[in-house]
Amino acid sequence: MSVPEHVKTPSRQPVYAFVGNPNCGKSTLFNALTGLKQKVGNYPGVTVERKIGTAYSQHGHPMTVIDLPGAYSLAARSPDEAVTRDVLLGHRSEDTQMPDRIVCIVDGSNLERNLYLVHQILDLGRPVIVVVNMMDVAENAGLRIRIDHLEQELGVPVIATQASKGRGLIELKLAMSRSDLPLPKHRWDVPAKVAPAVAELQASLQDNDQKPPLIARAEALLLLTDQNPLRVTGSAPLSPPTTALLEQWKTRWQEDKTDWAGSLVAARYEAIGKLVESSVTESTPQAVDQNTTDRIDAIVTHSVWGWAVFGGIMTALFLSIFTLAEHPMNWIDAGTVALADGVKNLMVPGDLRDLITDGIIAGVGGIVIFLPQILILFFFIGLLESTGYMARAAFIMDRLMGKVGLNGKSFIPLLSSYACAIPGIMATRTIEDPKDRLVTILVAPFMSCSARLPVYLLMIAALLPPGEVPVMTKVGLMILMYALGTVGAFGFAWLFKRTLLKGEPPLMIMELPPYRLPKFRDVLLQMAERAGIFLRRAGTIILAISIVLWGLTTYPKSSDDAPPAEQVAQSYAGQAGKMIEPIIKPLGFDWQIGIGLISSFAAREVFVSATSIVFNVEEDEEDTAPLLEALRAATWPDGRPLFTPLACLSLMVFYVFAMQCMSTVAVVRRETNSWKWPLFQVGYQTGFAWLICLVIFQTGTALGF
Amino acid sequence: MADPIALSHLPVGSQANVVDYPLSGTAFLRLREMGLLPGTTVTLMRKAPLGDPLEIKVRGYNLTLRKTEADHITVEPVA
Repeated sequence: MSVPEHVKTPSRQPVYAFVGNPNCGKSTLFNALTGLKQKVGNYPGVTVERKIGTAYSQHGHPMTVIDLPGAYSLAARSPDEAVTRDVLLGHRSEDTQMPDRIVCIVDGSNLERNLYLVHQILDLGRPVIVVVNMMDVAENAGLRIRIDHLEQELGVPVIATQASKGRGLIELKLAMSRSDLPLPKHRWDVPAKVAPAVAELQASLQDNDQKPPLIARAEALLLLTDQNPLRVTGSAPLSPPTTALLEQWKTRWQEDKTDWAGSLVAARYEAIGKLVESSVTESTPQAVDQNTTDRIDAIVTHSVWGWAVFGGIMTALFLSIFTLAEHPMNWIDAGTVALADGVKNLMVPGDLRDLITDGIIAGVGGIVIFLPQILILFFFIGLLESTGYMARAAFIMDRLMGKVGLNGKSFIPLLSSYACAIPGIMATRTIEDPKDRLVTILVAPFMSCSARLPVYLLMIAALLPPGEVPVMTKVGLMILMYALGTVGAFGFAWLFKRTLLKGEPPLMIMELPPYRLPKFRDVLLQMAERAGIFLRRAGTIILAISIVLWGLTTYPKSSDDAPPAEQVAQSYAGQAGKMIEPIIKPLGFDWQIGIGLISSFAAREVFVSATSIVFNVEEDEEDTAPLLEALRAATWPDGRPLFTPLACLSLMVFYVFAMQCMSTVAVVRRETNSWKWPLFQVGYQTGFAWLICLVIFQTGTALGF
Repeated sequence: MADPIALSHLPVGSQANVVDYPLSGTAFLRLREMGLLPGTTVTLMRKAPLGDPLEIKVRGYNLTLRKTEADHITVEPVA
């Protein structure tokens, strides 16, 4: 086949892909070029973030830019890397166009390893622009990179940038605007022992799998680098002749002990080594960049100070979530009430008005109220990620997480779940191994989220009469609930890793990037994206479930003058409460508590307002005293008190373990791409909650409490 | 030249050349692709506060790996 020397820009809007190792500054560059013109979503079938933006050429023509997930190699190890490989090889053409041009971003201070991916990409024979980013860091480290020499050796445009300061962006745009780009001059010696296999596999891939020649060669090389051919081919399996050929070669090599994958990797690094040697001159470092990182690490990963720093940061995180979020949460709350009141004044009384105020506004408002906490959490996560601390947190926590079969990367998602399981589950995307990720998702809702707080507070107040017990008892009870959830999460993670989701012990091969000043623009952009995802969900699925829940507590209608408590009692929700009473009675709950449990599905803290209605208390947000009195006065039909200390404890423990949050179910459905896992989660968590409450209540009753 | 030892036994702060390496296993292939090859010089930077994982410096950047992997990587300490 004759390859044209230069490839013209296609007549439609050209598609560029940004590729690079993690931590090379790729996202900063992408954000700088596309600004707010970004579309963030998911690649269909996997939960890998898909970012597409529009940049404008020097002549004002729009260009589509895909920000591919960070990858170290095309021999993919994680769902993220698999997407990058699939898009570049054109395996995802049904949802993501194969890019016309590839922009490879490398970290100038870490050229050798960064060029490994570039080396693989140059094999594809497509138009490439290489961006050497972080030139300032490289210079400070005493590295002088001869860009012109790199350009000459690779045969493609090479642009030096410092994305954090916006340097080199115009040059990059100019290169991207060129109507013709030279194809790479890319020759490297495939090791002699492996070369015949590469040629044969390439031929077979062309003939039997209908691959274009250069893609066939790249795939042949990947098939020999990766041990699992399924990972290379993705959804389209290899044809039988190619599979047979591959097996034949592997068997032969295994017999004569040829390290075929290793020799391919080594040959690439050898070629890269020569290139780097001829284009980089090292002098003594001017600044102390690397030393700064080492000095910080000496404290941050120290066996004593490391924990102190870690504890300090986590305390600051939670203090911010609970204190800084308080005012905005009150504003949202007040706004919701004001909006509902406004609607009440404008509309004639009736079902439609109630649906809008009590169903839609109250239901969606009850979820949106968590937005400030989620924003603060993502701000912190973004800050910790962009400075480089996150990798250190995973580093020091890995040993503890390893005890239950997870790795350090599961730590942050679990920690985030103390604020809310939704951002926690969304944060599991950094975990490469799909099984580890699933286990983390499955146990994350055990961590007591902030929506459980109002329930705990109410139950502790009902359990312990005010003034008679020291405050520390209350605090102790609260800590006990948090501890129970945490132990539950780790216990089940351990169990799942040994049974249901048995896998290889997780790897902890992770780069510890140098510390850098945070890039607030990137952090804020990410916060805005997450908030958008959260609000979209509130506007769709949560809206729908709020309407359903409202209907369940409103219909069928009793006579118009019946008090609210009676209305609820005979509604579908009330009937459901009565229906589940036989199941929850052994835990110490009657049907009225049952209504609370059912309405908690909107958000756990709804329990408080639901019980106010059920026990006929005039709702007053600021003061739970009337509700407490009503709870203390509540009895079983035979006159025994309902909210005994034991029943309160049982109810709290139920809230610790049960999965009763529709937003979490929705997010798990989205992140696992199936209904199987969220339903399993509802089943196992709620089943476990029921079982443990049964033990508590029955043992307690038998002991005479 | 010192006797070859496992990477996990290298004293913190010292340098070594990688000698040998298991041929198969997901972890080892990834480590290769991250630039840790026979002949590569590594420095053991530190161990995590609880003794595992380890942090090494290879080709100018810092990388973590668990002891279980480091046990299988043979290195020759550089004096």
